[in-house]
Amino acid sequence: MKILISFLVGFLFAIGLGFGGMTDANVVKGFLDILGNWNFNLIGVMFAAIAIHSVIYQLVKNKRAPLFDSQFYLPAQNAKIDKRLIVGAILFGLGWGWAGICPGPAIVSLASGKIQIVIFVASMLMGMSLCRMLSKDCKVEN
Amino acid sequence: MFEALIGGAMIGIAVSFMLIANGRVTGISGITSGLLNLVKHDIGWRIAFLLGLFSGGATLMALNPELFALASHTSNYDYLLAGLLVGFGTVLGSGCTSGHGVCGISRLSKRSIASTLIFILFGMISVLFFKMLRGSL
Repeated sequence: MKILISFLVGFLFAIGLGFGGMTDANVVKGFLDILGNWNFNLIGVMFAAIAIHSVIYQLVKNKRAPLFDSQFYLPAQNAKIDKRLIVGAILFGLGWGWAGICPGPAIVSLASGKIQIVIFVASMLMGMSLCRMLSKDCKVEN
Repeated sequence: MFEALIGGAMIGIAVSFMLIANGRVTGISGITSGLLNLVKHDIGWRIAFLLGLFSGGATLMALNPELFALASHTSNYDYLLAGLLVGFGTVLGSGCTSGHGVCGISRLSKRSIASTLIFILFGMISVLFFKMLRGSL
């Protein structure tokens, strides 16, 4: 059941990304390009997603366990903002603005068969492995 | 803008299902990089999720291939280097637009709010930098 749910969540997530214009790198870069022709689609997508999910989170947060598992796997709520978080976000932001692609749209866009996306995903996986090799305490949180 | 809100609502519903049913954060970088652990009992749902993303992509592709546009003025080297930064940065910073930007902000996590503000700011800096480099600013 967990497997089926994961598949369906991935599927719906991908349709949402595509529908919201997030698989188009020009829409994403259009949001980041504040001195250009500003495109605020990305804000609309994030706003709607956060609006729904924050309500659901409030309803779920005091439950003892999810439907199909024995526990929730959520990061500690009051963890500190440390150097790793900041440097990681900076590097990610620079790469994101460079190509106009973040991990979700990258994997969804693999289906377009474009060689550039294949290169991006392959090198993203290398970057992930590299970070994990360099730091043993590289914990996956989100 | 209407499409953006509908698309965002689908994403909100999707990540909410993941939380209610499986108790997990839907963070694409975390789910993907978690595969690199090669812990047997933890692989199935991750692969299923990524296959779901890909199938969604294939469906979109069948409906309208124009949804998948690449940024202009980019070469294969750009994708190579940008991909490295995105992979390294999301693992170091424990999340990306989905994990921090949608799920974390919905939980009012301070780390996620900080991360999201930072990566959006540096995304903007990056776009401006490459525009300057091309002399189109």
